[in-house]
Amino acid sequence: MKELFPRKQVMGFIFSLVLTVAALLVYFLDLSFALGMTVLLVTAFLQAGLQLVVFMHAGESEDKATIYTNVYYGLIIALVTIFGTLLAMIWGMV
Amino acid sequence: MEFFERFAIPHPSPAIYASMVAIGLTVIAIIAGLTYFKKWGYIWREWLTTVDHKRIGIMYLISALLMLFRGGVDAIMMRSQLAVPGNTLLDAQHYNEIFTTHGIVMILFMAMPFIIALMNFVVPLQIGARDVAFPRLNALSFWLFFFAAMLFNISFVVGGSPDAGWTSYFPLAGNEHSPHVGTNYYMIAIQIAGLGTLMTGINFIVTILKMRAPGMTLMKMPMFTWSALITNVIIVFAFPVLTIALAMGTMDRLFGTHFFSIDNGGMDMLWANLFWVWGHPEVYILILPAFGIYSEVISTFARRNLYGYKSMVASMVIISLFSFLVWVHHFFTMGQGAFVNSIFSVTTMAIAVPTGIKIFNWLFTLWKGKIVMTTPMLYSMLFIPIFTIGGVTGVMLGMSAADYQYHNTMFLVAHFHLVIIPGVVFAMLAGLTYWWPKMFGFMLNERIGKWAAWLIAVGTCVAFFPMFISGLDGQARRMYTYSEATGFGFWNMLSFIGAGILAIGFVLIVYNIYYSTRYATRDIGADPWDARTLEWATHSPVPEYNFAITPEVNSSEALWDEKKKGHKLFKGSYQEIHMPSKSGVPFIMSAIFFVFGFAMIFSLWILAIVSLLGIFACLIHRSFEQDHGYHISVKEIEETEAKMGGAKG
Repeated sequence: MKELFPRKQVMGFIFSLVLTVAALLVYFLDLSFALGMTVLLVTAFLQAGLQLVVFMHAGESEDKATIYTNVYYGLIIALVTIFGTLLAMIWGMV
Repeated sequence: MEFFERFAIPHPSPAIYASMVAIGLTVIAIIAGLTYFKKWGYIWREWLTTVDHKRIGIMYLISALLMLFRGGVDAIMMRSQLAVPGNTLLDAQHYNEIFTTHGIVMILFMAMPFIIALMNFVVPLQIGARDVAFPRLNALSFWLFFFAAMLFNISFVVGGSPDAGWTSYFPLAGNEHSPHVGTNYYMIAIQIAGLGTLMTGINFIVTILKMRAPGMTLMKMPMFTWSALITNVIIVFAFPVLTIALAMGTMDRLFGTHFFSIDNGGMDMLWANLFWVWGHPEVYILILPAFGIYSEVISTFARRNLYGYKSMVASMVIISLFSFLVWVHHFFTMGQGAFVNSIFSVTTMAIAVPTGIKIFNWLFTLWKGKIVMTTPMLYSMLFIPIFTIGGVTGVMLGMSAADYQYHNTMFLVAHFHLVIIPGVVFAMLAGLTYWWPKMFGFMLNERIGKWAAWLIAVGTCVAFFPMFISGLDGQARRMYTYSEATGFGFWNMLSFIGAGILAIGFVLIVYNIYYSTRYATRDIGADPWDARTLEWATHSPVPEYNFAITPEVNSSEALWDEKKKGHKLFKGSYQEIHMPSKSGVPFIMSAIFFVFGFAMIFSLWILAIVSLLGIFACLIHRSFEQDHGYHISVKEIEETEAKMGGAKG
């Protein structure tokens, strides 16, 4: 019976609910903008990782290497795009 | 009556009424023709519901050629208007609409489907697969693109075309400065086509990673397949940015949000930024498959294996990453400081290095090769010098300090046409001529083909070289007229003559297709070019299952190995083949998307909601559908193979 119980998925589900509540608290608590954004960003990335690994089974097939290469590549592109945009549109504007 | 007023053209002219009549007559002619020859069933069974990658490829090809002529007519009208100073052939509004649609049609509805056409047709054959990974999704991709293209094209006669440039910069593209529905067409039609492209990207990545023939490791893939893989990776990472930007633009225009407005916390420059975050990778989405085609053509007709296979692959991987690091060079003059511009200037110049590696690899492949100057090879040889001129002027534009001089002048227009025409159009025409016998079972006439190639090359040079000079003299792009005192008249007349030569070249290509269909011999065998890769190992035209026996491969030139080194491609005997079944749902769903898009463009909310429900109904239908495909028996395979000229292998 123990082998049949999807322990990882249930724990993952609870953890993702906790992350959702944490993100929701930003709205209800009176946090500063910087702190609120930090909480949102951190919970968002944890949540995305959790969904990919636990519920979309990213690391469980023989395509593990391909899938993670794609995810990391996407992450790099996303970060370059966001920080490049900030650089060009805000930090670098004269 | 008031309801119908929204569909009126805000700026009518005799040319538009003429095209209304022409569109109406064409539709009537098609319907009458299909009915008279009793072809409705044939069209539905064999084409509209097909999921065969080869037929979808051919449909992409036909659409791309049609759009090439639509965009070409726009170009001719622009050059005619500018041919002499103070011309009144077109007025300002009309000219704005024409350069806008010329850009969008040529990039998104001609170049994109053209590369996707060749990828669709060639990639599964080159890797020895039966079809793409998701054949039904492939059909959906095509029909979404097709209906988006149709939606975009009716803008000319219903409601007015977009007129804010193919880049559609805000605030000009906002409601305040572009009040009529033209820019809605831009936002929605490109969105729908983009969905199709994104699906193609995913489909081909999976196909290439999962469906290669036994023995074909990644580093044993033919170069065109490698270029297709890298291209689709760029598509999957770049197109979502366009999707989001268009969605934000649509909300600004239809629902009064303020993402790109100049007041209420909006930022108009963010549109330009997001557009080019997608737009620059898009350049490489267009050019990399072209590089793949040149690699195939040059090694086939130099009768040598491709020089520097590994460095070719490495340079493409580097290009795919670098293509995401350079986008700011499209707006050096928008106000960011010298520090930001320097960073993007350096990354821009860095990307010339992997591109240069590829050029040298082709030259080294030619070195000591036994060159056969066929039409595809002629295009490849014409490509190298013209593309290099376009590329070098690109490095000039990439220097951010100097760019303040060149920005938004005809110099820029000359640069990107001299990159895109030899880079994409020559490659597509080379690929078309090269793979034509595989698609249709006969070859295009070489003599007419070479005439067309030379005319197009000369026309390109005559049309665009003068723009370098008039651009440096200060002629701005997108100006609908100029005075005689500017002295631009001579150079623009020269460009007009060049455009005429180009037009004759393209007409010759159409004539060549007609001539060869009528007179060319059908007795050409499976491998008329003496080529090297797997697609030439099956019959021409290709049977629906591609290969009767799955080939086994041990290098990137499997067919050459079989011909020269005694490698055995087809081992074993015929087995029953499992094939995907046809479906009309992709066509129907895309047609509903067309209605949805139209309703959104004209803010017809009830129709929009009803058609959206229709789209969801199609999705639900697909989710609950039981579809196990069908099987081709050994007996049928034997019959087909015997009919096609004896069993292979």
